[in-house]
Parts: sequence; structure tokens; C-alpha cells
Amino acid sequence: MEKRIRILIAKPGLDGHDRGAKVVAQALRDAGMEVIYTGLHQTVDQIVNAALQEDVDIVGLSILSGTHMTICEKLLKGMREKGIGDKAVVVGGVIPEKDIQRLYDMGIQGVYPNGTPFDTIIASSQKIANR
Amino acid sequence: MGVATYIKDGEEIKEVILESGISVKPIYGPDDIKDFNYSEDLGNPGEYPFTRGIHKFMYRKNPYTMRQYSGFGTPEETNERFKFLISQGQTGLNVAFDLPTQMGLDSDDPLAEGDVGRVGMAVDSLRDFEEAFKDIPLDRIGSGLTINAVASIMLAMYQVMAEEYGYSPDVISATPQNDILKEMVGRGMWIFPVGPSIRLIGDTIEYSAKYLPRTNPVSVCGYHIRESGATPSQEIAYAFEIATTYIDHVLERGLKIDDFVHRFSFNLDIYGNFFEQIGKFRAARKIWAKLIKEKYGAKNPRSLWFRMLAGGGGGGLTKEQPEVNIVRSAYYAMISALSGTQTMALCSYDEAYTIPTPRAALISLRTMQLLLEEVGIRDTVDPLAGSYYIEWLTKEMEKKIKEEMRKVENIGGMAYAVETGYVQREVARQAYLFEKALQEKTKIKIGVNKYVMEEEPHKVELHEYNPKVADEQIAKLKEIRRVRNSRAVLQGLKGLEVAARGKKNVMPYLIACIKEYATVGEMTKVFKDIFGEFKEPSIF
Repeated sequence: MEKRIRILIAKPGLDGHDRGAKVVAQALRDAGMEVIYTGLHQTVDQIVNAALQEDVDIVGLSILSGTHMTICEKLLKGMREKGIGDKAVVVGGVIPEKDIQRLYDMGIQGVYPNGTPFDTIIASSQKIANR
Repeated sequence: MGVATYIKDGEEIKEVILESGISVKPIYGPDDIKDFNYSEDLGNPGEYPFTRGIHKFMYRKNPYTMRQYSGFGTPEETNERFKFLISQGQTGLNVAFDLPTQMGLDSDDPLAEGDVGRVGMAVDSLRDFEEAFKDIPLDRIGSGLTINAVASIMLAMYQVMAEEYGYSPDVISATPQNDILKEMVGRGMWIFPVGPSIRLIGDTIEYSAKYLPRTNPVSVCGYHIRESGATPSQEIAYAFEIATTYIDHVLERGLKIDDFVHRFSFNLDIYGNFFEQIGKFRAARKIWAKLIKEKYGAKNPRSLWFRMLAGGGGGGLTKEQPEVNIVRSAYYAMISALSGTQTMALCSYDEAYTIPTPRAALISLRTMQLLLEEVGIRDTVDPLAGSYYIEWLTKEMEKKIKEEMRKVENIGGMAYAVETGYVQREVARQAYLFEKALQEKTKIKIGVNKYVMEEEPHKVELHEYNPKVADEQIAKLKEIRRVRNSRAVLQGLKGLEVAARGKKNVMPYLIACIKEYATVGEMTKVFKDIFGEFKEPSIF
């Protein structure tokens, strides 16, 4: 049997709007994946540690506050430092068009601006996890 | 088609099911309201059970207050915006705070980095309130303070600031949101665990009942619960269960229901099906009046008033074809007016992109003014009363709301339901089902899954975040720490600690700290060290 994909959904920073994070978490779970949700107000360090302890395949960030560029950069760096730089990171939320390519260039493997269909996120997660 | 569920046979609509789970018939007539009793179900406006409205003459005598949410970066900027809105006819303020302030963090806290002054004004000390409310007539203009976890601090600060400007506590009118349970369900700006959080709310209610007669110490928010996914009937049911949690707590302190409940107000959401919302508000007024009278034995008729701010919600607006949001908001405003609101606020059409630009905020204000002053919405009270459909629907909504209330009561009340994640789980599930229905196109949202167009990105003007705001704010904070009387600050904080550890009301101790320019972060830390922090229940 194929191993179930494990995804950490993380909500960095002070912003408390987690409707999107929880909705996507349920869609991924319904698609058969194991989803761990960090809860609110997480620092980058807390997210790195959770990714390490939970041994997930993918870390999915939900960011609505406009701070995605800095947070993604910090997280990728933090993960490399802890020796889990090989795990995939994806990001969803309020992501302007102009930042999408920049995020991919930085090493983010999936970018899902709000309104991205569940099917797209699910298919993309499967592809990333099976790489 | 719409946000209700439509079951079709070919092109003909066979069944319509509202979000609250009510099935709507194609035609309504006298048979649908044959058990209807005018005096029991409706009553005249201004009379029990207030289904038609809490005032006899409603908008002829008491036009709704128009209160746009605003607050930018620095207190000085916020002050300018307040003055502009007042000069344009706005009759109340609604203050937005930045996230660090809402989380009780000073602007120079490492966790605040990047968020200072971003979504509202930064408040570190009394100095910021002095600047923000300078030259505002605080005896005429009431202020909504969108703050929860540290609402006690902000209310105390408002009083100190007003007294400095010559307004005595009995003339000022503040409406801190101060509803922590809803923060734990949606919106997420919580700090302390459930128990101590409710205690702080109890302190503000008790204090206001004694010293701030025109202040509304709690604004119970169905709004954010609905924005997080709840159905309209759950929105009201959860708000009522939250309100009774606060009421029960305050009654335990020995206050009488008539001492404080007349200052409760509700902050509720409008989006979705037009008539379902109107039924929701009419039913809510009736349920509340009966609950406060029958369960709590209130004697003062004012205690039975369900006073509300009903505003056009951001959840209804779309980032697609944003100009269409102007029209959507106008309908939401109409729903609010037809539902007998006391205060109205509209999210601006650019809400999905940015905090409102001055132009967008002005369009919202004009929308609310137009209804009142041009097209005659104020002419007669509750104009939809007597409609077969509306009266039937109001009763159905009443049943649905009570059903949802019972579910929470059966599992042990709202504090327990939030601690264990029951409500969060239910709300998240509804949000998921709604989103899924939009993607499957069984629910329709114009511009999102129907009449979709290729669009130029960002047709709306953006409110750009200015990082200099943070530098200035931090410099001001450092200066305050330098010039204030440190010994008096420490003494104040010590007093606060003793009060918080014991059972004393913290408000007078907060006031003492604030007068010495103790910072929001310092006072919050005192609470955090004693109370600890809320741990989110796992809901998946």
C-alpha cells in the first residue's frame, strides 16, 4: 500500500484569519491525506520544529497578511539549518500575481492564491509528495 | 440561483434550501401564518417582544448610527481620518487597532515586527489615545473599539484620555468589542485562557455598570463567527450562548440583570440570502427579549432590547470584479435598514484587497446616507411586517436558532464548547461545505463561479503599508519609557498584579497604570504571567 501523504498546515504570524487554512485542511483530509494543523500565532521556529517532529512530506503555509515573501524565506532557511531542507514547502493565501514566480524561484514548490480550486491543490500536493 | 441551495428539474427550480436549512416554498399565503398571533409574535414596534424593532418610531426619531471601521498606522493619521469622517456626517467612530496591539504586544516587541500600524493604529500607551482622539467631541461621538483580549486596558485608557480632555466618565460612550469567546471561534485574537478571559470581561461589565453609564462594555459578535463559516442561524445562536455565558458570570458576582444587560449590544453580519437575513434579525430580537425576560427575570424594558450593529460583511464581497461589491454592499445596507438595525457599517468594495481607501470608505458612507435620506427607508417602521413570507420565515428562523442554542447547551454551554473545540469544528465544517459548494457550482457567487471575466489584476487602488510608521511608533514608545516616572509605573504594575491574582476588579488598577504611561505590553504581561495563555483545541 502506498504511504499516506502527511501535510503540516501552518499559520505563521499574528493574523488570526484561519478559515482558508481550515478549509484546505479538510479538503486534503477528504482526499485521503493526513493533515496536522499547527493552530494560530506560530513563529517560523515553531513551524520548523513541528515539521521535524511530525515528519511530514509537505509544509503548507497560510498567509493573508502580505508578509509571505519574508516568511517563506525565513522558513526555507530554518528548515535547511535543521537538516530538513529536502521537505517541500507550499504557500496559500493572499498572494499577488507578481510574487508567484518569485516564490517558485526561492524554492517554494506550490503557490495557491486564494480561490485556487481544491482539485488543483490536491493534485499538486500528490505530485510534490511523490517526487 | 444564489448562496442558498437550489435543486432544479431542467430549468425549473424545484427546491430552495436556505443556509440555515429552511426549505422555501414558491408561494406563501394566509395559511402559512394561520397560527400567527400579532401581539405574541410581533407586538408593536417598541413593545415586547420587539420583533418589529426596539423603538416605537425607529428611524423617524432614531436614525441608525453610521460607523465605518477606520484606523491607520499612527494615531495622528487616525485622528485625521476620524475628523474627515465626522465632517462628512459620520456619527460614530469605529477604531481599528493593529495586530500587535490586539495581541497586547508593544510596537518594539520582536513578534510585532512587520505588523506595526499595518491593519489599524498602533497603541502602546496613553499618549497614542491622546493623539488619536484629540479635538473629537467625546460627549457627542461614541467610539467602537475593535479590541478583545486587551479590551479592559483599552476601555480604561479611553476613560483616562477622556477625563484629560475634560469629559467626565458619565458622558463618554465607548463600545469596546470585548467578546473573547468569538475570537476563539473565529478571528483568532485571543491571549488568555477561557476562564480568566471571561473574568476580565466581567470586570469591565461590573465597572461600567458603576462608573460608565453610557458605555457598552460588550459587543457580542455573531459577525466573525458567521465570517468564519457559521450559518445565519448558528451566528445568532452562538452569539446568544456567548452572551449568556457573560451574563451568568456577572450574575455570580451579585449584580442584578437590570444593572447591566441593557448595555449589551450585538455585532452581526449581513451577506448571503436577502430574506433569510431579515428573518434572522427579526427572530433574534424576539428570542433575546423573551430570554432576558423569562429566564433572567429582567424588569426594566430596556434590558430586553436587542441592540445591534448589523453590517455588510467582508465575507460577501469578492476580489473578482470588485466594483460589483458597491452594489452588493448597497443591498446589504438595505437588508440592515429593513431589519431595524441601530448601527450600520459596511465593508468597502476594496475590502478583499486592502484596508479601505478614503474613496471607498466614502462610497460606503454615502450608501448608508442614501437609504436614510433619499429613498425613504426611514418613512415607516418595519415595512415588511405582515408579509406572508417574512412572518413565516421569521418563525422558522426562530426555531432554527433555538435548535442550535440547545445543541450548545446540551454539551455543557459555550465556554466548554469553545474549550473543547465543538463550535470551532462545526464552523470549520460549514466553511468547508460552503467552499465546496461554490467549487461544485451548487451555490452561486457572481464573478466567482458565474459570469467570470478575465480581469486586469488589481484594478483597485491599494493602501500601501508604510514601514516608517513602525520606526516612528517605536521612537515614540522609547521616548515615553525614558521620560515617565519608572518607579510609579512599577508600583502601578505591582498593584495590578495583586488585583489580578486575587478577585479584585482590575479596572481601577489599570487606570492607575495607564495614568503613569505603563505600556499595553507591560500590563498584558502582568496578566499573562498570572493567567497563562489559551491553548487551541485540536479540531481535526
